[in-house]
Amino acid sequence: MAGGRIVVVGGGQAGFQACSSLRDNGFDGDLSLVCEERTLPYERPPLSKDYLRGDIDLALRPESFYDGKGIDLIAGRVAGIDPRARTATLDSGRSLPYDRLILATGARARTLPVPGARLSNVFTLRTVGDAESLRKRLEAGTRVVVVGGGFIGLEVASLAQELGCDTTVVEVLPHAMARVVTPQTSDTLVEVHRSRGTRVLLGRRVAAFDGDHAGRVRQVALDNGTRLEADVVVLGVGVVPNVELAYKANLPTSDGFLVDQTLRTSDPAIYAIGDCARFPSRHASSLIRLESVQNAVDQAHHVARCITGQPEPYTAVPWFWSDQCGLKLQISGISLGHDQTVLKGDPAEGRFSVFCFRSGELVAVESVNRPADHIISRRLLAGTTELTPDDVAHPDFDLKKAPR
Amino acid sequence: MAHITYKQADGTATTVDVPVGCSVMRGAVDNGVDGILAECGGGAICATCHVYIDEASTAKLPPIDDLEDELLQVTASPRLPGSRLACQLPAMEGLVILVPEKQL
Repeated sequence: MAGGRIVVVGGGQAGFQACSSLRDNGFDGDLSLVCEERTLPYERPPLSKDYLRGDIDLALRPESFYDGKGIDLIAGRVAGIDPRARTATLDSGRSLPYDRLILATGARARTLPVPGARLSNVFTLRTVGDAESLRKRLEAGTRVVVVGGGFIGLEVASLAQELGCDTTVVEVLPHAMARVVTPQTSDTLVEVHRSRGTRVLLGRRVAAFDGDHAGRVRQVALDNGTRLEADVVVLGVGVVPNVELAYKANLPTSDGFLVDQTLRTSDPAIYAIGDCARFPSRHASSLIRLESVQNAVDQAHHVARCITGQPEPYTAVPWFWSDQCGLKLQISGISLGHDQTVLKGDPAEGRFSVFCFRSGELVAVESVNRPADHIISRRLLAGTTELTPDDVAHPDFDLKKAPR
Repeated sequence: MAHITYKQADGTATTVDVPVGCSVMRGAVDNGVDGILAECGGGAICATCHVYIDEASTAKLPPIDDLEDELLQVTASPRLPGSRLACQLPAMEGLVILVPEKQL
């Protein structure tokens, strides 16, 4: 498809990249990007990292980029889509006709279904506005309770501690980041947080938040009766994909818009990419939905190729990263369902990689301050590797020399 | 503003104004210079903003730290004496950057 009208819903990383890639691939029809936030598309990863230290420019591209590429930035929210008429309708009532629609609606932060979750100074972190509000509250001596020991929670805790806050992390599962890393990596990082003075409480559930007369949070009550004093609470308890547009349009969902290998929904004119899409992956044993920059960018590239050229299965290797306590954690592949791990390097020195195997096959590599392992393992996982656990465990093993 | 010239492997060149304080990577990305992917946004973790710097400029730039050195060992295009990661280089007047053939 060279001409025609494409509407992209959602001005996050995926929506931005889809527009950019469509133009790079020669699409010369009308191209609109509907952005709900009143800002140019921006990078989210720094919001839980450097942005909490001070202002940095987050815009993915300057405004001139969109003019130059003929990308029509539309401020607003898509309230509904009519797949028969092929129109998307904005809150304002304006109707946008399309030949292809790309849903990049992203996700929103979950909150906790416990009393007091709406008190002031209880924050979630998803948008630049969220980060600005939180940043104003993070001062030396502030008592910060972070609920959720995932990437966002631990990154915020790392920054808060660095800024001199009295910081506690409460995680309901017995391991932090349990969804994405092995216990080896989790335990090592938790120890580093603790050694810097952050309290990390594992296997503890929040029962309630208690506030003062002004409606500000004051205490966090845990399931074992412990009460933590808190000036600020940050909820890092996951996200909910924004799939409301599916209901009236009759698109199937399951914690995300369901798409096929070419990222297309059940409607041949509608695609879904990024945080909001659940898709079949050769890197996982079941349908997956991923919340990462890599996934947003690679799926955007892919959908642009499918629309401007031949539809092909999406096969990019998933990868993730997190910065905590001065350590760079990088993950390639999906470790879910692994049954064997091999550790290389020394966790005590803060430099190691964990190789994860499923039925003898390498499925993921977690690296801490070993970026070369990460880059090489991504290349290995993109192809078919015959690397065995025994190979990796051998004392002379050198990943740089591994056959690929 | 610093004038930076980005030369592609095919010989084409673009000169752009980059604010001082920005990185050479950011200057390329903001101005739509091809071939500098910067997948990680500047964290020195992905090695997709690999560039070659001429010898005269090398001395003026900050030295290569351990992390950058490790990443330069695994770039998609060969590591040469002038290899750097553009995200680690501050914009400087008159810099000439050679963009490698591939980043992935």
